[in-house]
Amino acid sequence: MTLIKIDQQSWAAGIDKVKADYRVFGPVKEKNDHEFKLLEQDQMPDFNCQNTRLSPKSIIYPQSQVMFTYNLDENAEDCRIMKEVENVTSPMAIIGVRPCDALSFPIVRRNFDTPEYQDTYWIKAYEATTFIGLACNSACGTCFCTSAGTGPFGEEGLDVLIIADGDDLYAKSITEKGNAFIQAAGWSVKADTSLDIKVDKMKTAAESSICSSVSTDQLKDKTTLELYDAPFWEQEAFSCINCGTCTYVCPTCWCFDVQDETHGKSGIRMRNWDSCMYPLFTYHASGHNPRDVKYQRVRQRFMHKLKYYVDKYDKGIQCVGCGRCIRLCPVNIDIRKICNKMNSFDAATSVCDTPSS
Amino acid sequence: MQNPYLPYPVRIDEIITETEDKSLKTFKFVFLNPEDEEKFAYESGQFGELSIPGLGEIPIGIASSPMEKGFIKFTVFKTGKVTSYLHAMKEGDIMGVRGPLGNPFPWKTLEGKNIVIIGGGFAFTTLRSSIYSILDPANRSKFKDIHVVYGARSPGMLLYKDELQAWADRDDINMNITVDGTDDPDWKYLTGFVPTITEQKAPPGNDDTYAIVCGPPIMIKFTQPVLDNLGYSHDNIIMSLENRMKCGIGICGRCNIGKDLVCKDGPVFTLSQLNEMPKEY
Repeated sequence: MTLIKIDQQSWAAGIDKVKADYRVFGPVKEKNDHEFKLLEQDQMPDFNCQNTRLSPKSIIYPQSQVMFTYNLDENAEDCRIMKEVENVTSPMAIIGVRPCDALSFPIVRRNFDTPEYQDTYWIKAYEATTFIGLACNSACGTCFCTSAGTGPFGEEGLDVLIIADGDDLYAKSITEKGNAFIQAAGWSVKADTSLDIKVDKMKTAAESSICSSVSTDQLKDKTTLELYDAPFWEQEAFSCINCGTCTYVCPTCWCFDVQDETHGKSGIRMRNWDSCMYPLFTYHASGHNPRDVKYQRVRQRFMHKLKYYVDKYDKGIQCVGCGRCIRLCPVNIDIRKICNKMNSFDAATSVCDTPSS
Repeated sequence: MQNPYLPYPVRIDEIITETEDKSLKTFKFVFLNPEDEEKFAYESGQFGELSIPGLGEIPIGIASSPMEKGFIKFTVFKTGKVTSYLHAMKEGDIMGVRGPLGNPFPWKTLEGKNIVIIGGGFAFTTLRSSIYSILDPANRSKFKDIHVVYGARSPGMLLYKDELQAWADRDDINMNITVDGTDDPDWKYLTGFVPTITEQKAPPGNDDTYAIVCGPPIMIKFTQPVLDNLGYSHDNIIMSLENRMKCGIGICGRCNIGKDLVCKDGPVFTLSQLNEMPKEY
């Protein structure tokens, strides 16, 4: 491990410098929370936050994204012919990505970048981006990254990991993209190898500050239909108001809707984040709805993340342990509790006569 | 990298009103760019997304057969926003088509086998494509006996009436056309619900016989026990599902049933597969 040591002055100079080559995003204080924003000239990423309210998902995958334009003017030659929007993405760097959020990108990539179809919008943005992570020295009460495939110093999905130690920053390059970024920033002071031991200690301390976890080892061996028919879904979903907050704040939720919007004789075809919490999500034109009852939609969300994804890719759960859905759920539904229930569910001994109310 | 959401521009070449209540029309599309027709190489059982700028897209089974060249056909039931608009469009209008999407019926598996095709109502479109393909002189010898049971509420609600009649007159396909009821004294085919006619006319099930079943849920519900009684294994019963879709390519996450997406992993599934999946369709 070769760490680059960056003092506050060269950090500021480096960030300033890379703005010539990259569009640089970082956490910025917005009202009571931090959000990822495109950093303006002289603006620095603010590391003084546990994590941003929303993950940097929308930088790669905007909440609303124009896909095509069209013209409805009957006299025009291109009337009713869809035109691709300019979709060339210049290099971007996202600075201050927490390891949990970083892991969400490889998780989501399995959906957008498949052998058969490539989602050009997502892939172009992803490939143009360098992910600069920020290790967590301490955890919130809702963090469970260490049992969700990463950890406070996790590197998966990152090109560079930055470790903050008081006023000093240490950068660890993980990929070629990361090397290029560090070079562009002009950071070149190699840290003394004795620092490795210190960083290891910081990592161990950070990991031990994570006080909650999920068990996922049994999920793959469960039968889909047995979990699907488990008696606890109605009870777990009882307080849910189907607000969809959990899906919007989730770094790994990727579902979208496609809508056309016409203004006069021209218009756009756009995609918008959508949510499996909403009845319209699956509502057929015939009036039939395969998930017309609330608990079916709650079940869908958890089964997708913790069973269907696990079975489909064999790469763990579709959850990074960031805890946002737990913190922001207005009725305190907790994915950790549900995951542990699913993982320990024994169809043979379970009583399935749940009240139907 | 090709943008999988970009529709091919097509011109509506012909519109045929199929049923007496005018709720079903067949649209024949010609690609504006001939090379797009080659890219749209499909097999019977697949579907396409019909794309109308300003309205949206709808997934519809391909009713034409790959043996028919120069155009593609879709039979569309008028029901929602896009289909209602489409029904009001005119020959010569320009719109878009994406595809082919989803998996076809398992034609390699079906080679050398008897096939019984069971359809009801307007779920006969990809079955029409299949029958047309099977009966093509280049293909007919690849299959053994072909039985068809196709039913609609009344004679006026049957799709593709001229073709049905022509097929009924052939000796290399066993056509059983039925209606729920009719007071037409000239009706020369069968009367009765699809499950009942299937019970009377379908060959018994064995390893060499496959059933392809497409129809409304009520028909499927009552046809399944009939096929069970006839001895069809659930591996030999092939069905095609529908769910609400947007992207059609397995990315938008809308049409899943368990871990499978109807658009990409389906829409064709065997009954054995469906038995292991949640009933979310």
